[in-house]
Amino acid sequence: MADVKKIATRMGYGAALKELGALHDNIVVFDADLAGSTQTATFAKAFPHRHFNCGIAEGNMMAVAAGAATMGMVAFASSFAMFAAGRAYEQVRNSIGYTRLNVKIGASHGGISVGEDGASHQCLEDYALMRSIPGMVVMSPADEVEARAMVKAAYEHEGPVYMRFGRSPVPVFHDEATFHFEIGKGEVMREGTDIAIIANGLLVAEALEAGELLAAQGVEARIINMATVKPLDEALVLKAAEECGRILTCEEHSVIGGLGDAVCSLLSEKRPTPVRRIGTPDVFGHSGPAAELLRQFGLCGPCIAQTALEFVRG
Amino acid sequence: MTAKEKRALEISACKVRMGVIEGTYAAKSGHPGGSLSSADLFTYLYFKELNIDPAQPDKPDRDRFVLSKGHCAPGLYAALALRGFFPWEDLKTLRHIGSHLQGHPNMRSTPGVDMSTGSLGQGVSAACGMALAAKLQGNPCRVYTLLGDGEIEEGQVWEAFMFAHHYKLDNLRVIIDNNGLQIDGPVEQVMSSYPILDKLAAFGFETVEIDGHDFDALEGAFARAKTVKEKPFAILMRTTKGKGVSFMEDQVGWHGKAPNQEQYEIAMAELKAKLAELEAD
Repeated sequence: MADVKKIATRMGYGAALKELGALHDNIVVFDADLAGSTQTATFAKAFPHRHFNCGIAEGNMMAVAAGAATMGMVAFASSFAMFAAGRAYEQVRNSIGYTRLNVKIGASHGGISVGEDGASHQCLEDYALMRSIPGMVVMSPADEVEARAMVKAAYEHEGPVYMRFGRSPVPVFHDEATFHFEIGKGEVMREGTDIAIIANGLLVAEALEAGELLAAQGVEARIINMATVKPLDEALVLKAAEECGRILTCEEHSVIGGLGDAVCSLLSEKRPTPVRRIGTPDVFGHSGPAAELLRQFGLCGPCIAQTALEFVRG
Repeated sequence: MTAKEKRALEISACKVRMGVIEGTYAAKSGHPGGSLSSADLFTYLYFKELNIDPAQPDKPDRDRFVLSKGHCAPGLYAALALRGFFPWEDLKTLRHIGSHLQGHPNMRSTPGVDMSTGSLGQGVSAACGMALAAKLQGNPCRVYTLLGDGEIEEGQVWEAFMFAHHYKLDNLRVIIDNNGLQIDGPVEQVMSSYPILDKLAAFGFETVEIDGHDFDALEGAFARAKTVKEKPFAILMRTTKGKGVSFMEDQVGWHGKAPNQEQYEIAMAELKAKLAELEAD
């Protein structure tokens, strides 16, 4: 995919906020001294009177956003995933989740691809934390086109939403003219019945590469982009289990509590099927360039292809 | 305020205190101590200060009240019931399965509750968000929030105070119930939040310290709040925890404990006698 345009999904977040801001007066955006990084600065430039920097105080920001939402505003609250889902977990749970308020959390710099900042900033637990909050929608886009569509869908959705965006540029493979996004619906990116690879975030591009590598080895993999971790597209997972017989999940998240666990929970109850999970194991990350870290943790096309091949050939 | 108005408030406050005792006794749990120290404030807000209408609990221009110290829900519920937001009898369902009166306020279940609270420190932030949104919308409403003197040990409270000043939230009124006691003992011993007034002033608040059981003082404080522009306003209320029930007054043990039957009867007898005295005059 070397010739494909690469854009970080967080850019899509900023662009979509600006588009939405022009259409809807009831949007307010909050940030916690990371507006340049989360891309809410794009919105701030266009609508300065509706963008509020909360300073380095994420817990306060989340509950402020909740308060604004009680007044009929649709509040977007942004920080790095580590601080949005981690530091402010309890504010998100009690002031946003329990209240079912219209707050949309835009969490950028999720996963290990934050890179050089190291383990303290590499949030690999946000799906687990956010999934466990009743009613919370949890999503992560695979590319910039999907990111923009997701933010618009989040605006239309009534209730709390958590969206994770990435720091690093990733290939844009969706065609904006034809792409349609729906919360809770997975997307089959490639057909195949030897194995189903269910991925999200930047691992969708890697899974697509794995699909090509596997095809060269005579293995036809179905590649599914599961942008919505919760609510999970159960029908699509069950269909893949039935038709492919093996599921490989891929996520830039701990194997504990994320997409892989969501798929396993569903299958173990409704259609027991062999599953392997690619994600970070029960360890913290460390500093390094994003691409090298992804390779080191097995979160890359060739690594996925190798695991899939071993899985298929037993 | 006229003597007649003041007497009416005193009568209502006495009834609110009876509601606190009824509720916590029926629940066999809950927080009477802080509910009683705040009972006069709840009464003043719902019977004098707030622009609210029990027939339209969601009217957009209503004043908002956020009980940041959410455990004092029994006091808030009693004031809401007395003001007509829901039947008085509901107080006896407090904390029961199926009741709309949750252990801590739930905006989705109880008419008149503007924000779900209970986890300390979050309500004041939500109140800031309401005040900010109101300004943006040109909504003339005011936002009131009540915190405990123990609650302000939470760091988030000071994040919110910083925010309120930064965004010049002059439609916000922060009230701190300074009853001096928290679960583990006197605030001074557990983790001193003093000097509260100086800290609030340093955070950019216009401040006033009053006797939180004096309706004239409450009236004066809220009147002064209306004159303050471009900065938030804070009221530090000196109060007595457990106020109005002799054996609960200033006793840390009554922070989060319900009266047993004997204690219930003594407390209600005291309050009924007080009510009769007020109504006789």
